[in-house]
Amino acid sequence: MSVQDFALATEVAARRRLGATVVLAALVVLLVLISLGIGPVRLSPLRVIEALFGGGSEVAQVIVREIRLPRTILAVAIGGMLGLSGAALQGLLRNPLAAPSLFGAPQAAAFGAVLVISLDLADVRSYALPVAAIIAAFGSVFALLAIAGRNAGLLILILSGLAISSFAGAATALVMNLSSNPFVALEIAFWLLGSLEDRSFQHVAIALPFIIAGAFILLSQASSFRALTLGEEAAQSLGVDVGRLRLLVISGVALGVGGAVAVTGSIGFIGLVAPHLMRPVIGHDPARLLVPSALAGSALLLAADIAVRIIPATSDIKVGVLTSIIGVPFFLYLIKRERRALGGGVA
Amino acid sequence: MTLLSATGLNASLGSRHVLHDISLSLSSGHLVALVGPNGAGKTTLLRALAGLIPSSGDIRIGGDALPSLSLRERARRFAYLPQGHVVHWPLPARDIVALGRYPHGATDPARLSSGDVEAVLRAMQAVDVTDFSDRRVTELSGGERSRVALARVLAVEAPVILADEPTASLDPRHQIDVMQRLRGVADTGVLVVVVTHDLGLAARFADHVLVLSEGHLASQGAPVEALSEAVMAEVFRISAYRAEYRDEAVIVPWADV
Repeated sequence: MSVQDFALATEVAARRRLGATVVLAALVVLLVLISLGIGPVRLSPLRVIEALFGGGSEVAQVIVREIRLPRTILAVAIGGMLGLSGAALQGLLRNPLAAPSLFGAPQAAAFGAVLVISLDLADVRSYALPVAAIIAAFGSVFALLAIAGRNAGLLILILSGLAISSFAGAATALVMNLSSNPFVALEIAFWLLGSLEDRSFQHVAIALPFIIAGAFILLSQASSFRALTLGEEAAQSLGVDVGRLRLLVISGVALGVGGAVAVTGSIGFIGLVAPHLMRPVIGHDPARLLVPSALAGSALLLAADIAVRIIPATSDIKVGVLTSIIGVPFFLYLIKRERRALGGGVA
Repeated sequence: MTLLSATGLNASLGSRHVLHDISLSLSSGHLVALVGPNGAGKTTLLRALAGLIPSSGDIRIGGDALPSLSLRERARRFAYLPQGHVVHWPLPARDIVALGRYPHGATDPARLSSGDVEAVLRAMQAVDVTDFSDRRVTELSGGERSRVALARVLAVEAPVILADEPTASLDPRHQIDVMQRLRGVADTGVLVVVVTHDLGLAARFADHVLVLSEGHLASQGAPVEALSEAVMAEVFRISAYRAEYRDEAVIVPWADV
């Protein structure tokens, strides 16, 4: 094998990955246009584009730019962040069953936010909400990795995640339980289901900075995930500071998930599903999976958010409910596929 | 010429004091076998030498004190092969070997400089893995996978290779094959330290044997002397059949003492 052969082999693989990523990005753009066009007033993609750039009727402009755009931006950003967080956690733990929602991060973030709401500590649309959510999410992921320890097996991770998400759920229930105002409790219960409805640019402003910061942190660690393919010890021997990497990933995931949960409630399973959809196309390299998983996450959340507006129902279906209804069977399927690893207790 | 030395090395794992006052001096071009019963601290010593775990005492590599080197600089001087040839994702063998260039700043196997590609190819040719460079590591046999792991370590082109049980779970032919290749690497001027439980392989291939017992260096020196009858009885609690075959030392562990 010569240097040329080697370069050619990597080039072919790189081109295929690039092609897949471009197709995925195009899909996200298409879904964005559909998402902007769907609602009580249906607009064709062409009219959406027109309205987006200040053309067409004034009504169409208001609908697209002021009513639907924030919702769509949030779907892209939050879906992307969830997909990216899933891929990053799977990379860090070298484990295809890692995901923020399985580790209790969104549940903990929701607890943080609910605490702020019910104690009337701050305005619902202030930065106190995401900050509380981020702190709680950080605490949950940190606790999970501390309990599971280094080189943790699949079983330990999943069990610890289950315990932490149950605990966060119980803490949230307690807060609602103690709430003196039943309407506040009901409001919280609905918010917990996860929804992108009626979100404004104020919500975008609250969530986006945190999501961008989190995404930036996770993407900056891409090559470390690749080195971790050989295990923590070997990665460290290659010059990766594994302790620092763990902290960075926990911070990135907490920033993104906390920021997202603060404005939408909890939306689960996108982080688990997105990287899995991408592996057959992109390959298993955890560094290369980050961006495609983010795009897939955006596409999934956009599609789910379009679906809840199309599915005829007497009451609005919350998008978080839909992603869980689809995500849990997928999770079961993965458990079946990973049965051997689970049975052995080692990842 | 001394390449790697340790003076008064102590290390603990949690509350357990694993290494006691170890002093050694290893030369480039040598194949060093690190032997000892289970739990003697072999892996801990290897990790401490590479700076992967904290330790007290003085470790010097090529004249530099280990703590004075950055993480990346250490990674360029020590190529470390952990136990078990672990690969968590089914990547092509080529990408795994390319990870050996990581300490040199080549973190993306799709964007290697021509110098890095040459180093990767040299490493793959040295252990005959070019034929399955496109195959996923998880689909390879144990013997093939151990060679890919070896190629990854060679691709670092470090002056020191630390290999933790590279022959474990391999059949006899592959065990000999791996040791022969490591012997070849040492002959090019690299210091190769190999942890092994196979005293026969250690006796046959090593220039220098370190015998570790309960965290102490029980003996060291040329294989036949370091693995003397007294050491075998005291440290391993066995006797051994000793012979020479084709001018090489043969040690076959035998019954309990």
